[in-house]
Formats: sequence, structure tokens, C-alpha cells
Amino acid sequence: MRSDTLRPDHKVIVDIVEPGSRVLDLGCGNGELMFALARGKKAKVQGVELDESAIHKCVAKGLSVFHGDIDSGLSDYQDKSFDYVILNQSLQQIRRVDTVLTDALRVGKKVIVGFPNFAYLSARLRLFFKGKAPVTPSLPYTWHSTPNLHFLSISDFLEYCRKNKINIGQRAFLNGNRRINIFPNLLANIGIFLISK
Amino acid sequence: MKQKDLGIVKTEYFAFAESGHELKLDSGESLCPVTIAYETYGLLNKDKTNAILVEHALSGDAHAAGFHEGDKDPGWWNDLIGPSKALDSEKYFVICSNVIGGCRGSAGPSSIDPKTGSPYALSFPVITIADMVRAQKRLIDHLGIKKLLCVIGGSLGGMQALQWVAAYPNHIQCAIPIATALKHSPQQIAFDEVGRQAVMADPAWNNGNYYGGKNPERGLAVARMIGHITYMSDKSMEEKFSRRLKEKSHSNKFSADFEVEGYLRYRGDNFVKRFDANSYLYITKAMDYFDLSCDKLIAKDRHIDVRFLVIAFKSDWLYPPYQSQEIVRQLKVKGQDATYCQIDSTYGHDAFLLEVEQETHLVKHFLDKTFCGYDVTRGYEI
Repeated sequence: MRSDTLRPDHKVIVDIVEPGSRVLDLGCGNGELMFALARGKKAKVQGVELDESAIHKCVAKGLSVFHGDIDSGLSDYQDKSFDYVILNQSLQQIRRVDTVLTDALRVGKKVIVGFPNFAYLSARLRLFFKGKAPVTPSLPYTWHSTPNLHFLSISDFLEYCRKNKINIGQRAFLNGNRRINIFPNLLANIGIFLISK
Repeated sequence: MKQKDLGIVKTEYFAFAESGHELKLDSGESLCPVTIAYETYGLLNKDKTNAILVEHALSGDAHAAGFHEGDKDPGWWNDLIGPSKALDSEKYFVICSNVIGGCRGSAGPSSIDPKTGSPYALSFPVITIADMVRAQKRLIDHLGIKKLLCVIGGSLGGMQALQWVAAYPNHIQCAIPIATALKHSPQQIAFDEVGRQAVMADPAWNNGNYYGGKNPERGLAVARMIGHITYMSDKSMEEKFSRRLKEKSHSNKFSADFEVEGYLRYRGDNFVKRFDANSYLYITKAMDYFDLSCDKLIAKDRHIDVRFLVIAFKSDWLYPPYQSQEIVRQLKVKGQDATYCQIDSTYGHDAFLLEVEQETHLVKHFLDKTFCGYDVTRGYEI
């Protein structure tokens, strides 16, 4: 896979990760991001994924992955076992966000978090004018079929980090392929943060 | 497309540990001489880097794949071993050997004790999984292989694979333990003990001295019937037998009315034709003694250069997935390169012999990446 065919959020993350890093990808899905990191950054990658068919796809790519829940299993790792722990598009689906984020920040020197922005303009419009739960490209599910347990905005996340004394390093805001530089909480449908404790 | 099989294969024998070179055992005793029955499939490459050691389960043997002359049924893992299969005999050199303590060609309680000229029976020394692997290592040395590409096995076979990791980490590139555990739980020991008691309660067992006379067939058959219950799941038994009757009505005379009864009797009766009751005692005891928990798999503060693929099955209640997850936990703590998959199967413990498609997919790709190097990006486009 060439870098120009990478998913925009994956491209942002690949750009953040330093070459040769040890990376743990929580909720790694089919392993596309891990593969891009292994290929582009010679990263030593390990995934965690709940879906069995996704495990098979990771193994077919030659990737190492643990079949299991993100909510369990992080506590086994020693402090700073990884240079980066990634929670891309998985934060909103885990049950105990506090526990997982605390453990991720312990296990990884840095944590990369990417999530759909609930306060994105079209989500607001749909809620305001139609009075319906948002369905957008980054939040594509209907209220009854969504795997998402938490609905947060970019502002919510910034506030969470401030309250919990989590340092934010790099940040990127996306709308499709475009980088958003102004009013991200309104104009971006994805936010990606590099955080550390 | 129907897959090709290996065709006719033959068991070979390797004799070692002659006088002066005894095989030292965990018990402090030693064995001399020792014979190991083994089979090989495919060809060893020039650099001797393509050898895979297959480890069999409790009732298995060296005949893992292909057909013996005149046999209708192939070896016990024929679905996974052969041309273009998971363990591809056109690419890899596959070895399978019978465990010592067994009764299928390797040294065991039914072998002749050279000192007395009659079968060892219970004078055969107690065997551990480490002893089985120690003997295998001698076979691998004999075949001129310094480093195995892979050690793979299910159940008892998985324990042996783990024991290879503990004893000879520098001599293997990867390990694939399937449906197994670092140690038996009290429940597993309990089932084994009931099986052993069934054998020993048979008057024909005669403290193990039955060779040349009547075998303790009833006892061993009951042990095997108990075993088969633990290898299936509630659901797989419902699907396979439900409450179907063999005949139209109940006999009311304690004959095998239900299909499940007929199946267990058939399995039990078949088993005694090919298995030695004393071997059953020795091997189950070795499994009960096995314990690689608490840093015994990989020593504390040590990193080994071995990749892992750990496989469990959802409905396996004899070796439940939590036991495989315990293996994975050890590997995580040590920062080992490992993959774990819990296959969603209803077959119970038997799944490791039956979930061919899923296992093939995982094992084939995992081996390919191990064999071709760690670089995941090699010639791969997604």
C-alpha cells in the first residue's frame, strides 16, 4: 500500500510515529494502520482486536494480534512497554474510558487518540433542524445499530485532558481528506491527539 | 477442489541411549536404550531451516498424515499436513514422533525391559512432558536439525510445544500451542484420575502385569468414554446425537438405547484395540504433573527469540480459553511477539482436530511470515 492511498486518519498517525517504535494498536481492526506503520516506519506493532474475522485478516498480513477486549488485558503490561499506544476510532466504543486511558498512558510513553467529533457541523444541523441523532460520514450508524457507547466532541476531549492533567502534544483535525485549522470543533469530523502523562 | 494427500507413508524408528549414554529422566531414573517411532513428510532443505515438529495428543501417534499401506484411514492430522495444506509438505519438512511412555512404537511400559527380557509394566520409570521433549530433542539432533522452524500441537501436543519453549528456546523459531494449558486445573486432574481409576479397577489390570494375558479392556474403554465426553461440548453432542434411539424403542435392559451410548461404547471398544492401558496411566500422569506457570515458560528477565501463535476454542471446556489466555498473559509480560485467536467453534476440545479451515488460515500465514522473515512488508500489497 502506498502512502497516498492511506486513509487520511491513518496518514496522520503514520506521520506522528517515530521510525522503529514499539506500537500497541488497541482496536486494530483489519490491521491496515499496523501494516502501514510496519511498512512506512519499520515499527514493531502489536494489535488487540475483538472481531475474529479481523484477527484472521491481521494474521494474513503477517501481523501479531491478540484476540480480546480492549477493556481487559492492558493491566498485564509493564510501564512504558510501548513507545505509542493507539486508540484510533476505538475510544468511543470502550466501556471504561477512564481505566483504559489511564492504563494506556502508563503502558505507552505516548498515546495517540482518534475519534469522531460529535459536535461536527452537520451533526449539529441534523440534531437542530431534524431533531434526530446525527448520522455523518464519521458517525455512520443509526441510533439502534451503533457500536459507539460514548459521544464526545473535540471540546469535550480537550476539557477531559485538562481536568486529568494529560498533556497534549500534536493534534490534527480532519474533514475527509482535508486538514481543518480553524474552528475544529465545528468543522472537523475527526480529531486526532498525541497525549502523554 | 479436493486437496491432494501425501500418499503412502511409513513409520521409522530411531534407537539411541545405548549403555553409557542413557536418557536421564526428571525422576532421577534413566532409560536405556530408547526407541522413538517417527514419520516425516516432505524434504529437508539444504540449510535445514524448514523443519516443523508436530506433537500429538493423548491418544495420537507418529502417524500424523498420509496412509499406511493397506489402510483406509489417513493419519490423525491429515487435514492439516500435506501438499498445499497448512503444514505444506511441498515447502516444509514435517516430523511427528510418538511420545516416550506411549505404546505406538516408542519406548513405553509395554516395551521389553532388556534387563528382564519381559515388558517393563509398572517398572517403567515415571515420565514427564520434559522427558518426552528431551527424547524428541535427541531425534531432532539425529536428523541434523539445529533449529526447528516450528513446534505445533494441540492438547498434550500443545504442552510439548510449550515445553520446547521452556527447554530449548534457541532451537525453535516459533511455537503454536493449540487448546492447551500451562498446567492442569484440579478439574482436569480429576477427570484424568477417574480414567486411571477405571483402568486400575479392572481386575485384568493386575497391577499392570497383564502382558501376555487378558488386557484390562473394560477399564480402559470406560476411561476412553469419559475422555470422549470431555472432548465434546453440550451443543456438539446435541447436534450429533440429540436423544435419538438406536432402535425404535427402549430395551429397558441397559443395552445401548441412545445413539450417544452406542457412540461412546464404539469409541471405547475401538480404543482398546490400539492403546496400552499402562501407557494411558503414564501419559495422563505426565500431563497432570506438567506445570509451566509462574515464569517457568520463559525465565524472569529473559527475552527469547520465538514467535507465538496461541489458539483456543470457545466451546472447549476441558482446556477453556482462559488457560490459553494465561499463556498469552505470560508472553505479554515478557514482551514476546505473539498472536492469540479464540476460534468460535461449537465442537469443544475436539475442535483442534475439526476446525480445519480456520486453523489452516491462521497457521499457514503465520508460518509463511516466520519462514520468510519478520519483515511483514515483504512482497505484500493490500
